[in-house]
Amino acid sequence: MSTITWITARGLFGRRRFLLLLPLPLVLLGLAVLCRSLDVDPGEWGPPVLVGLGLAVVLPVVALIIGTGVLGAEIDDGTVVHILTKPLPRWQIVLPKLAVAAGVSAATVAVPIYVAGVLADSVRLGLALAVASALGALAYSALFLALSLVTRRPVLLGLVYVLIWEGLLGNFVSGTKVLSIQQYVIALADRLAPTGLLETSVSVPVAAVMTALVSVGFTVLAVDRLRSFSVAGETS
Amino acid sequence: MSTLSLTGVSRWYGNVVAVNDISMALGPGVTGLLGPNGAGKTTLLHMMAGFLAPSRGTVTLDDEPTWRNPDVYRRLGLVSEREAVQSFLTAYEFVLASAKLHRLADPAAAARRAIDLVELESAQDRRIGTYSKGMRQRARVAAAMVHDPQVLLLDEPFNGMDPRQRLHMMDLLHTLGDAGRTILFSSHILEEVEQISGTVQVMVAGRLAASGDFRTIRRLMTNRPHVFAVRSTDDRALAVALIAEPSVSGVELDRTGLTVRAGDYGAFTRALPRIALNRGIRVRQLVPSDESLESVFSYLVEA
Repeated sequence: MSTITWITARGLFGRRRFLLLLPLPLVLLGLAVLCRSLDVDPGEWGPPVLVGLGLAVVLPVVALIIGTGVLGAEIDDGTVVHILTKPLPRWQIVLPKLAVAAGVSAATVAVPIYVAGVLADSVRLGLALAVASALGALAYSALFLALSLVTRRPVLLGLVYVLIWEGLLGNFVSGTKVLSIQQYVIALADRLAPTGLLETSVSVPVAAVMTALVSVGFTVLAVDRLRSFSVAGETS
Repeated sequence: MSTLSLTGVSRWYGNVVAVNDISMALGPGVTGLLGPNGAGKTTLLHMMAGFLAPSRGTVTLDDEPTWRNPDVYRRLGLVSEREAVQSFLTAYEFVLASAKLHRLADPAAAARRAIDLVELESAQDRRIGTYSKGMRQRARVAAAMVHDPQVLLLDEPFNGMDPRQRLHMMDLLHTLGDAGRTILFSSHILEEVEQISGTVQVMVAGRLAASGDFRTIRRLMTNRPHVFAVRSTDDRALAVALIAEPSVSGVELDRTGLTVRAGDYGAFTRALPRIALNRGIRVRQLVPSDESLESVFSYLVEA
């Protein structure tokens, strides 16, 4: 268990693509600090910064970069073979990788969004946002980890889901919000710290159940796909 | 002692048949899997190693399927062709991680023993990224056999190695084979496998073209009819003289010169200068025209 975690973490922090993670949380943090220091009304900057930037962009994009990287990068460069030629049940490979992905994503997002929440309203909102994004990070990570086993272009498909499905369609076809991790995170955060800043569109029980379903479902899918993982030969 | 058995194994991708109805049983000792590029060697190795499901047929290691069965890796090691390694690790860390993932009782000792076997101790604390190709290959071999597997599969292990490293690797494989391990390596370069003493399986275009003792097959390959393109000052006169030679089985004359088919390589190349000298013909060009590996291998299919 610990060996996979260790290799995954070293692989993640050792690659340059990890640096891509830094700007987004910094922008979120910077904007919140700027608005607060200029004494802008939180009712005005809260929703666009906390939801529009934090939950709708920073959280899914960070989870996308990390989630598709923990296994996808090893599949791309072929090092995954070293892990797969071991007599390990495949869940013992998927779970540590998921843990690293969810943990690193949650830490990267929770800290700036906690600060932004505190600046916008209260410590309670900050904590609620941090906890909800951590749960969201888990769901997103499971989704993107599974994607990296199902398709050869996990980043592209993940972006389509985040930008088109959650970002665009959600505005026009309200039904799609029931299948949107972003909406679950908003609903959970609002339940933990009710303020006027977060606008929810799914009920809390739906959000809680769906978050759990997405996390577990995609993890099971990933384990199953890894079990029948095929290495493409030179002919394909 | 473990046996890797393939029964009627085929694998196709859409319309393309990569591996066509191959059956073989691999026992202890060193076996070479030879064939030109694109013959399906890698596909076959991947099916043996449980990284690809056969479209038809079965691949078993001691009667257990290798596909969707991670337990076979207790007895099987694979060195794949892509030389991907976590280059940020040192060889020792890399092999040690392998040992730990195998849940070996004493991973540190196992890692040191494996590194010892491939003679990499002096460089074991350097990052793999700084290694030469041959060293990287040895590090991967060490990682693949850290758990002392009964069966070791190597895909093109000699690729990019210099002759000395190749010799060393071959010695290592033979040491393991003599110790009762089942070793299979693939190669598309005949010269690479000169020193091999065991059996070979020759694959051409997805099929098993020949299998058996290496020396027998090697003789088959060198005794095949050879084709030469010859140009001289008087092609027709040379053709008349050549066809009288027992070593020549056919002569063709066209505008560009002669195409000579010789049954015996040595006898023909000795006879040609003598004939030319006796008849006062000057040979301007003599080119063997089918020395490519593909033709050597495909000759075996027809033989």
